[in-house]
Amino acid sequence: MSDSLVILDSVRKTFSHSVKPALEGVSAVLKPGQITGLVGPDGAGKTTLIRLMAGLLAPTSGSISVDHCDPIRDADQLRAFIGYMPQKFGLYEDLSVIENLELHADLRALMGEERVTTFNRLLAFTDLTRFTSRLAGKLSGGMKQKLGLACALLGRPRLLLLDEPSVGVDPISRRELWKMVHELIAKGMTVVWSTAYLDEAELCAEVILMNDGQLIFSGKPADLTQRIHDRSLQIRQITGNRRQLLARALRRPEVSDGVIQGHAVRLVLREGVDRPNLNELDAGDEAELVPVAPRFEDAFIEALGGGPGGDSVLAQSLSPVLGDEDIVVEAVALTKRFGDFTATDQVNFEVKRGEIFGLLGPNGAGKSTTFRMMCGLLTPTSGTARVMGIDLKTSGSEARQRLGYMAQKFSLYSNLTIEQNLKFFSGVYGLRGAWQKTVMAEMIEVFRLQPYLGTTPDTLPLGFKQRLALACAVMHQPAILFLDEPTSGVDPVTRREFWTHINGIVEKGVTVMVTTHFMDEAEYCDRIALVFRGKIIAAGSPDQLKEQIASPQNPDPSMEDAFISLVQQHASDVSI
Amino acid sequence: MKSISFRRLSALCRKETWQILRDPSSNLIAFVLPVVMMFIFGYGINLDSTAVHIGLVLEDTSPEARHFADNLYGSPYFIVHAAETQAEVGRALTEGRVRGFVVVPVDFAEKLKQPTGTAPLLVVTDGSEPNTANFVQNYVIAAWTGWMQQRASERGELPPPGISIEPRFWFNPSAESRNFLIPGSITIIMTVIGALLTSLVVAREWERGTMEALLSSPVTRTELLLSKLLPYYVLGIVSLFLCVGVAALMMHVPFRGSLLILWGIGSLFLASSLGLGLLLSTVLRNQFVAAQAALNAAFLPAMMLSGFLFEIRSMPAVIQGATYLIPARYFVTALQTLFQAGNVAPILLHSGMFLVFAGSFFIGLTALKTRRRLE
Repeated sequence: MSDSLVILDSVRKTFSHSVKPALEGVSAVLKPGQITGLVGPDGAGKTTLIRLMAGLLAPTSGSISVDHCDPIRDADQLRAFIGYMPQKFGLYEDLSVIENLELHADLRALMGEERVTTFNRLLAFTDLTRFTSRLAGKLSGGMKQKLGLACALLGRPRLLLLDEPSVGVDPISRRELWKMVHELIAKGMTVVWSTAYLDEAELCAEVILMNDGQLIFSGKPADLTQRIHDRSLQIRQITGNRRQLLARALRRPEVSDGVIQGHAVRLVLREGVDRPNLNELDAGDEAELVPVAPRFEDAFIEALGGGPGGDSVLAQSLSPVLGDEDIVVEAVALTKRFGDFTATDQVNFEVKRGEIFGLLGPNGAGKSTTFRMMCGLLTPTSGTARVMGIDLKTSGSEARQRLGYMAQKFSLYSNLTIEQNLKFFSGVYGLRGAWQKTVMAEMIEVFRLQPYLGTTPDTLPLGFKQRLALACAVMHQPAILFLDEPTSGVDPVTRREFWTHINGIVEKGVTVMVTTHFMDEAEYCDRIALVFRGKIIAAGSPDQLKEQIASPQNPDPSMEDAFISLVQQHASDVSI
Repeated sequence: MKSISFRRLSALCRKETWQILRDPSSNLIAFVLPVVMMFIFGYGINLDSTAVHIGLVLEDTSPEARHFADNLYGSPYFIVHAAETQAEVGRALTEGRVRGFVVVPVDFAEKLKQPTGTAPLLVVTDGSEPNTANFVQNYVIAAWTGWMQQRASERGELPPPGISIEPRFWFNPSAESRNFLIPGSITIIMTVIGALLTSLVVAREWERGTMEALLSSPVTRTELLLSKLLPYYVLGIVSLFLCVGVAALMMHVPFRGSLLILWGIGSLFLASSLGLGLLLSTVLRNQFVAAQAALNAAFLPAMMLSGFLFEIRSMPAVIQGATYLIPARYFVTALQTLFQAGNVAPILLHSGMFLVFAGSFFIGLTALKTRRRLE
């Protein structure tokens, strides 16, 4: 047996509808009998690469060999030994679990005795035996994912290709899936797992790290993180404002990248430089610089040449928000029912002035529903939502004037030019005449948008688009900023830049409320509420939540560990 | 070409059937829409004018004039409103209270006595509604000739030689519009089931990501194509016979042709209709766009250019030319022939040949566009 199952040789792929190639000369080798992670942000080219390996696309140039087969020329041979789970799992939603399995079994000629035993084995393996007659469309995200996996496994594939299996799935199901895949590996299968979650890379034997169609790294994840081994540091016991500290740290030439982690600030230093002086950073007397284990994401940023700076030109252009209320956002027994489904169930929380408050939970947990009630886009079934002391039920439009809202996926109008977008968004928030002109001119100058004014947002790079969307949401100087999944599908560099802006805006006294399903993003928040099945199961600062579940076995738990334990605690409380 | 695996094909067909039966929108298009359309075309739309309001001015009060007037009053096709003057009834026509009027002039009785005299009647109709105007005119003429014959036979005379109009409708003796609307509406129903339903099915697989899963399995192109054609073919044929059954047994539209030929012609039309729907779905890969395209490419032409609602011979020459490209035109002709005339071989063969051509064109093009890859 050779030690390479898949060989990619300068694979290039262009699509007729775009100028930029989706893959630019990717060369890599995938070893048999292990998990290879195909890691990178959206648009990196992961799906294209998986489809090329599955023979669903033909490369523009370069060659691919999957176990000595050319995926296009030897398609029939290839299909006999690969299992492929596309994004969204490729299930027929109006067919039941068993009907989906039977269809794929028929297609793959799995008959007779072997069929029965395989079904039993896979149903037990995926824990779906109880649900065989349920329609696939009525399964939860986690169960759909398992069924999709079961269908892909029916032909006893030697190579299993999984395209973003962990999207839209709660952390608990995600862990179960990883466990299942490890069992398959133990039986000799080769697995390719594509993901936008960089933290999943560390669970893979080897990774192919991609960004924007290019290969950044291929090999063991530890080899990549090893590069920044002694350069990963945490500033702990900070007195004073940690957001300002981060901005100061990022201005230092020796600091390559930095993020906020709960009460601490995490830094990555450039190669061969001395540690920054804590006194110069004004971190407080108690502060200490502690070396920490490097993370894959930090190494990725480093491989791309370091993170963005720590200063937000956007925040600098805003004037400070003044006011005297202490509690600016308040939810009291907030409930929303759609038919007999309770999306938000008796939710209570308060957000203080100048705070970043996060609603954290998997897709479908009820974050967005809660969120939309808080900015007056949905009317609660019962309970009260108050913003700046104003009840959204009675005087919604008055309250909406005081808040800015940025929807998922940067809601800019793609058929309006940049200038028209700015004009429209400032107009709907009530900016008129000379004032509108001044504000727009300021935004154009700050973001250097002058050359782009006549073009549409589609032509802008992602980072520009994000800045523009944010500019549109804050032009009217809102006291509160609502951000709904602001960074999903965004690469880590753009994500850091985004948080730099948010940190800067918060320093001006703006209160920020954010939803996210990225567990690590919660670290930027002052306080978070964990949302699960419509309820808030825990709330507090990220560090507090992590401390709640710290144990001798796991003294330094991650946010995801905290989430899983707290959900399990909650579930056992409910069952009593 | 690779051999077709019966196992894979039947698995795919079974899946397709479950989807038709379980998807509410497919259900609506396949089962509810045909029934609703049958009843709308069968009972709702009626091109016959059963009772039209007309005015009558009797300027002559002779017994002959009154006798003729009685004849009009007695006609089931008219509701007669008597008026004193032409001016009065003219107003009624302008205001739309009557659809036409008849004037029996002062010299009515005089003129009747002259052996070669023309009909001494003035008939005015509302030209803004040509269809109704025609009916009024024709029915008044029919009433007039009827009266003349009756009068002659009462007097023991031969009917006047001159021109005698005697309408006789071949193939649809009672001239009921339902009898030619129903075959037309069956065409519309078959178009909807064939093109609209199938325009959704391939696009749906692309949208839901199931096509990728299928393509990565050993399914061949022919199997994929057949699995999309066969279930919808069966559905179409079942509803064809259902519609013909409802038309013949419940609505008493006579059916004079052979069921075997109906099945044959129906299959050919379905092939072209399914082919068009599949082609759109395969090329566009988006359910909404494909459905819109199917409405424009199949449903509207079938409605307007097939000759079932609008007479093709009265269309402008260019559009008349275009109707020759519409499969529905041939199916309407064939169906109307089968319903009302029976097995008229030349017409059916001519229609059948075009449908064979259209069907192979669309299905062939779909096969060409069906890829084993994503591009």
